[in-house]
Amino acid sequence: MIAFSWRQFRTQGLIGAAGLVLLGLILLLTGPNLVHVYDTALAQCRASGGSASACNNPVISTDSKLQVLVLALVLIVPVLIGMFWGAPLVARELETGTFRLAWTQSVSRLRWLAVKLGLVGLASAAVAGLLSLMATWWFSPIDKVNANRFGAAAFGVHGFVPAAYALFAFALGATTGLLFRRTLPAMAVTLVGYIVARFVVAYSVRPHFMAPVTKAFTLNPNAGWGITDSGSGIQVSTDPPDLSNALIVSNTIVNKKGQTPSASFLHTACPGVPGVSGPPPSPVGGHTGAVPAPGGGQQAFQQCVNAVSARFHQVVTYQPASRFWTFQTYETLLFVLVSLALAGLCAWWVCHRLS
Amino acid sequence: MSWVLDAQGLGKRYGRRWALRDCDLQIPSGHVVGLVGPNGAGKTTLMHLAVGLLTPSAGGIEVLGRPPAADPAQLSRVGFVAQDTPTYARLSVEDHLRFGAQMNPGWDDASARDRIAELDLDADQKAGSLSGGQRAQLALTVAVAKRPELLVLDEPVASLDPLARREFLQSLMEFVADGAVSVVLSSHVVADLERVCDYLVVLVDSRVQVAGEVDDLLATHRRLIGPRRDAGSLPAGQDVIEESHTDRQSTMLVRCDGPVLDPAWTVEELSLEDIVLAYMGNAATARRAHRKLEVFS
Repeated sequence: MIAFSWRQFRTQGLIGAAGLVLLGLILLLTGPNLVHVYDTALAQCRASGGSASACNNPVISTDSKLQVLVLALVLIVPVLIGMFWGAPLVARELETGTFRLAWTQSVSRLRWLAVKLGLVGLASAAVAGLLSLMATWWFSPIDKVNANRFGAAAFGVHGFVPAAYALFAFALGATTGLLFRRTLPAMAVTLVGYIVARFVVAYSVRPHFMAPVTKAFTLNPNAGWGITDSGSGIQVSTDPPDLSNALIVSNTIVNKKGQTPSASFLHTACPGVPGVSGPPPSPVGGHTGAVPAPGGGQQAFQQCVNAVSARFHQVVTYQPASRFWTFQTYETLLFVLVSLALAGLCAWWVCHRLS
Repeated sequence: MSWVLDAQGLGKRYGRRWALRDCDLQIPSGHVVGLVGPNGAGKTTLMHLAVGLLTPSAGGIEVLGRPPAADPAQLSRVGFVAQDTPTYARLSVEDHLRFGAQMNPGWDDASARDRIAELDLDADQKAGSLSGGQRAQLALTVAVAKRPELLVLDEPVASLDPLARREFLQSLMEFVADGAVSVVLSSHVVADLERVCDYLVVLVDSRVQVAGEVDDLLATHRRLIGPRRDAGSLPAGQDVIEESHTDRQSTMLVRCDGPVLDPAWTVEELSLEDIVLAYMGNAATARRAHRKLEVFS
């Protein structure tokens, strides 16, 4: 049974393995150069007093097309596996009628399903996992300068979690193929379902795997700031402090009482700032809302930022960099458990609904 | 008496539609059984129930004394060739033999390879590029080499040309001659069944119209032609299956226990096809009458 399942999967499996070997060779050949650039160019630049962003440039611009390709592969290979290995796995047998041949041999259909799912599922996880680990190794100099591998998008193309993504995509494809009994719609649903699941987990589930660390920082007037006047009132925001490789969960500007800057405070402190529109709510005297001179907008903005920085501070909740591998483990477990649940659904469906 | 197939009140429902309903059927072992009936009679559903691809919605079925596909041991006792003889199009003939060997503990590899050689099939050829007849032969080879006690074939020759049809049935007969195996074979072409079957079951609308050994059926059915008379006037032991009348003459197809003694009748022997068509027509008439009653009630 295992030998026959391998025979059915052989062509696809060999294509996957050949792709891995080819990419592995390319990364092996180019990886050392990336490390060399990091070791030499960065050190030289820093020694000569260049700014951090300028010094990062040589590393970031090395093999930039290959960087995009590798990231794209790690990102899309799991869902491709789901669509091209998972969706046809059972659907093709149902479409062509060969399930009637397979299920009337001396092997129970549960065992038939278990071997197919097990074999191709393991291959899916292995291909995506190896690809991601290779990419993670190759990317390590770039990650050192970017210091952002915990970010919502970067997290999913690092470490071993892509193996679980591929397993999930495969299980989703196999399940939808079994339910729809058609390969093509199953491929489409797998694509959409996978993207939705990844987005929901990345933005709504992952930040809550553990209670985030809360920390207060003094505001930096030289950081990036923004003032917006949406329908709900004027809001001021600023970049989070430089927490290397941390996952920022929230970032708010508050005073000692925990209150955000009020509208009246902003109107008083920030006259003439674009975005703070209209006159202050309670004008006293004649000409409080001074019209900024041309080119004075920048100055007014900086005054506003200084005023806010003097009275308020920044409270950031975040997942520190040290939790990266814990989070990789948690998210891997989450996707593996969902995959096992899907496999259970397949087993129940094959035994009870297709008979 | 041991039955290869024993169905009691068997039914299979898809949503609200019954594909098979209230089917009672017992098939004795050691026969090549032809299952014949019009399209939609429930032949395929009955066969899928027998090999365990389907489970009953009502009633019960036992095959070789046990529920179908209850476990791998039971699966190994029944061989099945599905309609349109599905095979893995992208796999070779050789792959199919390996498939059979891996999936069946009782696999007879030598005989399977002999058959492939006899059929002049190229072991490396992909099943998808075989002709319909060759594919059917390959499917039969896989089903036969697992050494089943019961072989079930669902319309195996329906899509074959006359020559391939004959060759397939010839192969089947060779296999049956080899050992003590029972065969159930469905078709809506009586001529095919006549060649290979020694037992016949006529199934119309899930109901068994007649079942029996072909020789008995031929011996007990006669066409009577004579002066016009009413069907009710026939003696006991003569059941009318089909009757037609002109002003002066009556033609009746009867099932009779003994010889027909009334000298007024001209007695003709019947072909198997005549008998099958009579029972199928009879069922159709009964169905129409039933519908009329429903309209009036």
